[in-house]
Amino acid sequence: MSELLAEVAAWFAAEGRWSLTDSGGVPFRTAQHLYVSVTATVLAVLIAIPPALVLAHRRTAEAFASAVVNIGRAIPSFGLIVIFWLIAARTGWLGTDFWPLVGALVALALPPIFTNTYTAVREVDAPTVEAARGMGYDETRILTEIELPLATPVMLAGVRLAFVQVIATTAIGAIVTNGGGLGRYIVDGFAQGVGGRATVIGGALLLGALTLLAEAGFGGLQRLLTPTGVRRDTPVQDVTVGAAG
Amino acid sequence: MPETVSQTMIELDQVTKVFAGTTDPAVDALSLAVPRGELVVLVGPSGCGKTTTLKMINRIVEPTSGTITIDGQDQRTRPGYALRRDIGYVIQQIGLFPHKTIERNIATVPRLLGWDTHAITARVDELLALMDLDPAMRSRYPAELSGGQRQRVGVARALAADPPVMLMDEPYGAVDPLVRARLQDQLLELQADLAKTIVFVTHDIDEAIKLGDRIAILNVGGLLEQYDTPAEILRAPANDFVASFLGGERSLKRLSLIAARDAELVRGPVVPADASVDEAKRVGAAEGVDWVGVLDGARLRGWMWLNELDPAKAVGDSPTRDFRVWIQADTSLRGAVDAIVNTRNQVAVVYDGDHYQGMLFIESVSREILG
Repeated sequence: MSELLAEVAAWFAAEGRWSLTDSGGVPFRTAQHLYVSVTATVLAVLIAIPPALVLAHRRTAEAFASAVVNIGRAIPSFGLIVIFWLIAARTGWLGTDFWPLVGALVALALPPIFTNTYTAVREVDAPTVEAARGMGYDETRILTEIELPLATPVMLAGVRLAFVQVIATTAIGAIVTNGGGLGRYIVDGFAQGVGGRATVIGGALLLGALTLLAEAGFGGLQRLLTPTGVRRDTPVQDVTVGAAG
Repeated sequence: MPETVSQTMIELDQVTKVFAGTTDPAVDALSLAVPRGELVVLVGPSGCGKTTTLKMINRIVEPTSGTITIDGQDQRTRPGYALRRDIGYVIQQIGLFPHKTIERNIATVPRLLGWDTHAITARVDELLALMDLDPAMRSRYPAELSGGQRQRVGVARALAADPPVMLMDEPYGAVDPLVRARLQDQLLELQADLAKTIVFVTHDIDEAIKLGDRIAILNVGGLLEQYDTPAEILRAPANDFVASFLGGERSLKRLSLIAARDAELVRGPVVPADASVDEAKRVGAAEGVDWVGVLDGARLRGWMWLNELDPAKAVGDSPTRDFRVWIQADTSLRGAVDAIVNTRNQVAVVYDGDHYQGMLFIESVSREILG
């Protein structure tokens, strides 16, 4: 046991491990990891939120919205990454390093973001919306000035859930692509057998730390973007459990 | 050429609403004219279409057929949101915007109408004062207010752009009875000053009687059973449905609508303080009572038993007993009855300010009821 700890400590202290330029170093891998994860999450937000807002405001596509959750729950993320990689490899489009992985992660992030946004808008207190309409707000204003701000906490909970899943899943990408950020350590360590166990553990610890940091960061963002006046009496709720990681 | 102002502010003509997926109309060919400056109450059991009717006036619900005109103009000639900026709207759940301050809530419609900032600030001040709300409340959020305060902010928000028409959908349904009575009184005071045209929905007939200049009683399916003043509806219910909806104690409810000054007041067995004992006895005998009241000018000093009078003195020189009950001329007869049954001489002394107006006997109240 103490032998293992020493190995791991040695791995963390290895030459060039914290170098800012070495592609095997923690800063490079962390940056790569975040680059992939953030790109995928931002794309998913841009794709999922506008239609979810509009559909929820119109109270339509109820069946579609619940189908999205179920699809989300059923997607195996590893399979998705492989499929995207195969398509990219066969067609030669966009290369095999970055976009296949991002594409798979976007698909993974869409359901929780879509569903939470949809539910968040649907759950805005109906009399508040009716009062807004009764005062003479047009539909666009109702959406942007009433529903959107009041839905923000639950919407962000969905984005947070998606982002954490994406960070965890980005690591799996290292199996099939040259991306994969911190997942690189885990996959490469496995490839080395027993001799790579310190690498696997080191990578896993870093990945865990990054995930926790992302959670904490999002908690701060949620507090920041929750409108004053609804902070105390509206507990932030994670409405759905999205896709499995 | 002088322009004639129509007495009707809101007119519903053969308005029908059939909701999608249903066959029975929620409101069936309803025609109703709401006079300018009056408070009209729509009342009826659940399913009578009163709320649907209200929501068709500002087009939150679109009528299936029929026309609604407001101040002579068909309300479909404008987009719904533009129409609604000119109509105050208050609902039971209030629907204050929880993420906006009280000031921003009240300023909703003026901001939509593009008023300048100074005008809005001044108007908010005015409304806070009008609704008897602390000016320090303007920067608070709705969650920090009590139910009654929120309801008043809701009314202030509806009044903000001074709309000629107000729609109120069971506005006091969710507050406790004490607060409700106070809010009702406040609405009546406001209405006396502002003279808005108000359509008010409730399921509570007593609230309707208290507030309404006119009451429309609706039956299930949006059928208008009777539309008249509260006094007239109580005096002559159109049918059994209306009579049963009015409930028991109909006569007492009617009494609550008649002011003491409008009932038959009698001068009563009263004599000036300098009258002689003989004169007092004659007045008492004429009125058929064994007591007499003593007047000091316009004020009634008190009363005394005839057999206690000292023949050697003027009436005013003997000590008087106090009348236990005196009421103001605008007190309702219901209040007067309550007072009379608590006195020994079965009479309420009626004052207007500090001027003695006369006496109200239980017999006059009875005559009022019997017509």
